[in-house]
Amino acid sequence: MKVLTFGITKDIIGSRSLEVPSNLALTVGELRQYVISKYPKMEKLKSLAIAVNEEYATDDKRLIESDVVALIPPVSGG
Amino acid sequence: MRKKIKISSSPLNLNEVIRFIRADENGAEDYFIGTVRNATKGESVTHLFFESYEAMAIKEMEKIADRALEQFDINNIAIYHRVGELKIQEVPVIIGVGSAHRVAAFDACRFAIDTLKETVPIWKKEFLENGEVWVSAHP
Repeated sequence: MKVLTFGITKDIIGSRSLEVPSNLALTVGELRQYVISKYPKMEKLKSLAIAVNEEYATDDKRLIESDVVALIPPVSGG
Repeated sequence: MRKKIKISSSPLNLNEVIRFIRADENGAEDYFIGTVRNATKGESVTHLFFESYEAMAIKEMEKIADRALEQFDINNIAIYHRVGELKIQEVPVIIGVGSAHRVAAFDACRFAIDTLKETVPIWKKEFLENGEVWVSAHP
């Protein structure tokens, strides 16, 4: 599964996207745990939301291969 | 058309926002213009960089406009956001609201900018004299 990165998550990972083995991230919550375990700096962030198909998703949301998934660190527009 | 949403890498055009909001039924127009300030927490800022997750940011800005139109007695609303590199005094955001009476326009405008700062996936990096920082990333 391809996961898009933005803002500080792009800097931490060093790439505009991250490839995650689908079997290690069956839900949004599992994906966050995977990302934090692989990149411990993520745990220091104020929050790490995950968007699925361009909508904020809750931790129990199940992921499928065709989903467009993105890491959303704390936003700071305006 | 009661709402207009835009994300742009070129300078935002306030006159375009005013032209959209101005309407026969409006007795009040309220505009919020965000500008780039030269300092943060006592440190000098040289410039800012804004990045967006554009497809999702547009959706979230549409939701804010829809909620504002529902919750406040307003006739129209525009939400514009700039991305890319911005210098001091440049304009990252413009909100425009039109209503029959001023209170609803003030309230909706404040709601829109406050909510934008909480929900819209846009990120600001500050370039300081001694380094750079993604704003609000850490507690």
